[in-house]
Formats: sequence, structure tokens, C-alpha cells
Amino acid sequence: MNRDSLNIVVVGHVDHGKSTLIGRLLFDTDSLPKGAIEKVKRISKEKGKGFEYAYLLDAFEEEQKQGITIDTTRLQFKTDKRDYVIIDAPGHKEFLKNMVSGAASAEAAILMVDANEGIQEQSKRHGYILSLLGIKKVYVAVNKMDLVDYSEEKYEEIKRDFNKFLNTLGVYPLNYIPVSAINGENIATKSDKTPWYDGESILESIDSLEKAKGVEEKPLRFPIQDIYKFDHRRIIAGRIESGSLSVGDEIVILPSNKTTRVKTIENWVEKDKKDTVYAGMSVGITVEDEFFYSRGDVISHKDNIPVVTDTFKGNLFWLGKNDLVKNKKYKLKLATLEIECEIAKIDRVIDASTLETIEDAERVQKNDVSEITIKTKSPIALDEFQDIESTGRFVIVDDLDVSGGGIITKASSFEVEKKFQSIDGEVYPVRERLVTYEDREERLGTKAKVIWITGKVGCGKRQIAVNLEKELFDQGKCVYYLDYDQVVKNEDSSNGINTVTNIAKILKEAGNIVIVTSNYLLSEEREYIKSELGRDYFTEVYVEASESVCEERIPGGCTEDLNERSNEPFISLYIDDAKFDAVEKAKSLLSVIL
Amino acid sequence: MDHLDKLEAQSIYVLREAYKKLGKLGMLWSIGKDSTVMLWLAQKAFYGHCPFPLIHVDTKHKIPAMIEYRDKLAKELDLNLIVDTNEEAIKNGMGPHEGRLKCCKALKTDGLNKVVKNHEFEGLILGIRRDEEGSRSKERVFSERSSDSTWDYANQPPELWDQFKTDFKKGNHIRVHPILHWDEIDIWEYIKRENIPIIDLYFSKEGKRYRSLGCAPCTTPIDSEASTLDEIIEELKNTEETERSGRAQDQEDAHAMEKLRKEGYM
Repeated sequence: MNRDSLNIVVVGHVDHGKSTLIGRLLFDTDSLPKGAIEKVKRISKEKGKGFEYAYLLDAFEEEQKQGITIDTTRLQFKTDKRDYVIIDAPGHKEFLKNMVSGAASAEAAILMVDANEGIQEQSKRHGYILSLLGIKKVYVAVNKMDLVDYSEEKYEEIKRDFNKFLNTLGVYPLNYIPVSAINGENIATKSDKTPWYDGESILESIDSLEKAKGVEEKPLRFPIQDIYKFDHRRIIAGRIESGSLSVGDEIVILPSNKTTRVKTIENWVEKDKKDTVYAGMSVGITVEDEFFYSRGDVISHKDNIPVVTDTFKGNLFWLGKNDLVKNKKYKLKLATLEIECEIAKIDRVIDASTLETIEDAERVQKNDVSEITIKTKSPIALDEFQDIESTGRFVIVDDLDVSGGGIITKASSFEVEKKFQSIDGEVYPVRERLVTYEDREERLGTKAKVIWITGKVGCGKRQIAVNLEKELFDQGKCVYYLDYDQVVKNEDSSNGINTVTNIAKILKEAGNIVIVTSNYLLSEEREYIKSELGRDYFTEVYVEASESVCEERIPGGCTEDLNERSNEPFISLYIDDAKFDAVEKAKSLLSVIL
Repeated sequence: MDHLDKLEAQSIYVLREAYKKLGKLGMLWSIGKDSTVMLWLAQKAFYGHCPFPLIHVDTKHKIPAMIEYRDKLAKELDLNLIVDTNEEAIKNGMGPHEGRLKCCKALKTDGLNKVVKNHEFEGLILGIRRDEEGSRSKERVFSERSSDSTWDYANQPPELWDQFKTDFKKGNHIRVHPILHWDEIDIWEYIKRENIPIIDLYFSKEGKRYRSLGCAPCTTPIDSEASTLDEIIEELKNTEETERSGRAQDQEDAHAMEKLRKEGYM
């Protein structure tokens, strides 16, 4: 029990022997189930071929017909040291997206090069992608040494040439291992065919790898995955991506920058009860204060927060059917966040096999690598990949599919200087305003604020609202009434609240008393509104009426009351007569509001 | 975190993604060890709740003890269980005598596709594992199926850094595989560690036990003396037999499972 396990991906140009190497590793470590050898013998014979180790892996009929791996295959084998999950990635250019999928989950890689054919296009491209995926533990297996008579000269030549290429990308292979996968030379043990080679075999090499440590010691990153309200608990669920989190910790939720404390760490079965949770764990917590937060927000400790920005630079590999196009809008996914983004600039496009570059390009083609600047619709929390991997990488969705992946190389913080990007793509600093809230208040004689009136259909809130607007106006105040249902049409309610809040905020900032009506407010929405407007500028009026009153006022319109009562003070109005005097009710509000 | 902790954390993450990102969701429950572990993981992920219905595609050829166990557990845990059968095929006398692959397709694949269509599921959670057999090792965690449930395995989009396929055409559905990365021994070690109740067909009686459960006519027990969890784990560590060697449909031809799965088989 409790054995160490390591994911290794095998990559390289098509036909350089990846599947054969893995088949051989499984064979040499006795990891093949009974019948597998017989099955491969049978299939090899049916197809009129000699014994093919690769058939052990290439399970799909089509793959066997063509003799190429289409998708990644995962297989397990064990040594005395640890368990391995070995991922066979396709080498064919057409299936690069599958190669990336396979390699993305690996900690180490074996890059296969055919000694006879030498370094090919995909050898280089795969080398580049390993560097982009941040895989630093790379062995190069120089395969098919039997075809070059185990020539030391040939081995040295490949090592020299490939190192030259890889080193410019920041990939420094741990070793070059001369092998013959098909004959098992230098696979499990040292071969006597290569007396000039004083390194280790493949199996000895990977056994000597040390696993990466320390993600628990890094700053806390806890992206919110979901919020559950199955019972009385309001649980924030997600996976700790780095660092650790304890009950009682003061935490910050970003990008909103709100602070609270961890009240509990939840569990279902008693034995899972914990006071501290660490990177890698899928957990659920409750917090002391209820305010607006949602999936995609990142929880961290106060002393080491992620960068909050709406622009960043990254290295991206593109696998989409369509080109990646400058200034086009895409969906960005980063940890649990999904947000609309725009490719503000394509700084460079790099041909991954020749390293030729095009500066300031208009588009990126499939299988190309590029350096880009991305602008998100609003500021988000992120890190540079070199600091924290899981919040430092992203994918781009185009045409419903994940079409590219990248790592963040430069994150600029908007806290240093407030900036915005105009429609033409240029970034400008936000100028400090010279007219203040107080200036407006003095000139207009109005204390700008938002009065939010809720109540179910038929309770009379709109009637009250229009009368309140009139009363305030007659008193010389700047006032404007905004009805939720007239502003938000056929939109889902979460966006609706954002829209209405945004408009109310602008009207308030312009110096008005803004009256808003909506059927109800959920606690989350209320917290969002308060956080956007500022708590002191928000007053809530809840209009209550019996079902018979509502029914009489709007026959057939009566709905269930979805309002979640605020736990902070609010003004309550009770309507007991369908023919109530709205002017009187509005007047009664004036004294409490002003 | 030990090996089982890591497997568990990843599965919970996947279940939570499915629940958050997919619309109408159901979980296939075959009464077997894998889907029973998955039900446990769901209860962990959602703190004692299972916020989606379980689906059992009943071929009417299942081992009777499985059906008994199913109904008992569903009642105990107060599960929302959908049991569905391809009645038409049964009425027309479908059974393994018509050909095993044909029978699997009619009663399991078509049966399942019917449930997906009737209930308009957008997400279907299944307990398949990569180590079970070749074609399953090629699966993605979130795998899109067209409206007729076919699997376009040569055209799967990349899946990296746990960014799953959550945008798809209306009418298609996503097969979600939360325990894809587990192996058979992991399942048993987890059952032992978590003390998960499991149907007793897996334990040896009179020298025989089931290693994989399916329909009675096509599933044979293996020779085994393993009558406790420890003995099962020990037996699996030392066996060279494949897990599904007792499942007759897999042996029909060299690519039986691949063909079945392209059409939407679990």
C-alpha cells in the first residue's frame, strides 16, 4: 500500500518506436495480463505480420491497420521502486491534440528519436510542447540502435544536434539513452551491445527520478468550483491547487478582494474530518461572512494573493480546426473560471520545427506555437506559471472545443496602475476624477443612493416606486426609477442582476437617487449589489402582501415568494388592501430614506 | 496524500465538474463494484447527497441476486433510481442465442441510448476504467456522444489540465468517467478502506466467485477461494487473468469491445 506512482509520457515522431518501447517495458516488467501475448500473436498472424509489441497498446482496429497510434493509451507497470502510469502519445502530426492531452498529465517524458532517421519534424515539435507544458524531466531515447550497428558516433551526432535545438527552448534532457526497443537493449537492464555507453537503462533511469515536491508549501490557491446548499450549510466546494488551508484562517476571495474566515472544513464520513487541508484535496468549507462569491473566484491567504488583472501574456499552442485570430473573442478557461477574452495581440508565431518566427501576426495556424497577449472581459485572479502552475495555465475554447492551451509568462497587476483597454486595443491609464461625490451632492442637493424595492408579483411595489419617484422629484431631488423587468429581458437572472446593478451604479454615480424594483433578491445577489454600490449607498424596502391581495391586484399573476430575507436591517411595508393608497405609502418612506 | 486519497480527490473533482457544468445528469449504476464505489464517491462529493438519479439498464438477463441487492440498497439509501429495459427487444425474444454482440447491442447499448433520449440527459456518469480493456483506455474523462450515441474516437478534442469538454451541441450528451484512472486493485483497496457495502457475489462460495458482474448467460464465475476483501486483493496481485475474462461478449472477436463502444456501449 501507499506506493509512489509516477506518470510518464512517451513522445516522438511517428514510427520512431514509442509503442514498441512501451510494449517492451510491459513485457520486461511482467506487467502483461495472461492472454495478451497470445492475443497479439493472434492479431499479428491474422494481419500477416511478425510479432508486434505495439499491438499490445494500439487497441483500436484502425490503429493496427495503419500501424500508427491515434489516441493516447495509458498502461500501468510496476518496478520495485514504484508504480508507473505510462502514456503512449501519437506521433502523427494529425493527432497532435491527442499527444498534448497525454503529455499534459505527465510528470516526466521519454522523447524517442530513431537513430537511423534522425531528428524529424515531430521530434522537434514534441520537444517544444514538452517545454510549454512545463515538463522538465525529459529523457531522450535514441532508438533502433540495432539498425546503425550500435554506433557511438551516430548516437553522439544525434545527441549534439538535438541538444542544440532543445536547449534553445529551455529543455535540458537528463540523459540520452541508446536503445533498441524491439530487441530490449538498454530497456530493463544495461546492454552489452553498447559498451561505450556508461549511463543507465530506461528502467533504471526512470526509477532514479525524484518526484516534484513542495506544492503544499506554495501560497494557497483554492479556486471555487461550486457552492452547495443541499441543507442548512452553505458549502464552498473545490480543490486546493496549492498550499494549505486551516479552520480559522483569514482568507481573501479574489478578484473581489473580500476577506473572511474559514468557519469549518466539511466532511461526510467522520473519518474524513480534518482541520487542515492540503494541495490536491477536493474539499468543502464554510466561511463566517456571507457575501457574493461564485465559481471561478480564487481563495488565498492575505499575505500572498494572486495577481488580479485583465491583461496577461502567455505562450500558447494552437490545435484548433480554425486559425486563432487576433481581436476575435474566445472563451478562456483558467482553473474553474470561464470568461470571455480577446486576443489583443499575437506577439510572435513560432514554427515549432524550425524555430522561425513571425512578429506581430494576425493569426495562428493549427499546430503552431505563439506568444500572445490576452485581454479578459473583466479582471481575474491568476499567477505566472513559473510561480504556481495550476493558476498559471489556461485553455481557449473555440467552436465548442478546447482548441489551445498555454502558460502565463507575464501577469501585470492592475493594482499598480488602473488601466483600461479601448476598442482599438490600446491600453490607457485611468485618470483620477476631479469631480467628487461630495461635489455632486452639494450642487444637486441630493444624497445619491439606491433604494431597492422587492416583493412578489401583485404586491404593489411598482405603484409605490412611481409615487416615490414623484414625491422625491417634487422635493427637488434628482431621482430616477429603474424597473428590473423592463431592463432585463429574457436574460438569465444572474446576468440580469449584474446588468441592473451596473446601470443603477452609473446613475447613482451621476448623482441620482435610484429606485429599483424587482420581485425578489437572493442573498448572493444582495451581497453582490452591496459590494458593487458600497454598503452605505444601498437601502432595501421589502413589500409584503397576502396572496388574496396580490391575486386581486394581478389576477393569475401570483407567484411564490423567492425573496431571501436580508440579515441586515431593511424597511418592511405591509399591504393589507388591494386598493391601498400608494401616495401615502410613498410618503411614509420619505422620512426613513432621506 | 496517499495513492487512494489522490484517486478519490480526482474523482470527486470530476463529479463536481459534471454536476456544475452539465444540465440534466444521471449516473449509471450496474450494482457492480465500480459503480458502487462511484455512488460512494458521489456521496462524498456532495456531502451525503446524490443530487442526480441513478440509472439501471435492466436486460432482464441479470443475475437475480443483483436485482434483489439493487432494490434493497435503493430503498436503504432512498435513491432516485430509474430502471429501464428495452422491452421491445425482450418481447421479440432477444437473448444471447441471437449472437452475443447482437444481444449486447440490443439490450445494453440500445437500452441505454433509449434512456438517454427519453430522459433528455445531457450528462451520463459511467464507472468505466482505463485498465479494463483496450478501447476504454482511449477514453477521455468527458467524452461527447452524438444524438445517436456514437463515439467519434478518432476526433476527440484535447483534454488537458482538467479542462473538460463542457461545451457541446444541443441533443448530444457527455459521458463522464470519474473513475477512469483507477485500476481493479484500487477499487478493492478503496472498498476495504472505506468499508463500502458490496454485493456478496464477488466473494468465493464453494470455490467460485464473480470477478466482473454482467448478465447471467454471459458471465461465468472464476475459480477462487477468496472470500474476504484481503483475499480478493491478494488474489488480484498475483493473477495474470484479465478482469473481464469471464465476460463472454469480449471474447467474440478481437475487436468486440471497440465495435460495441463505437455504437454507444458502456
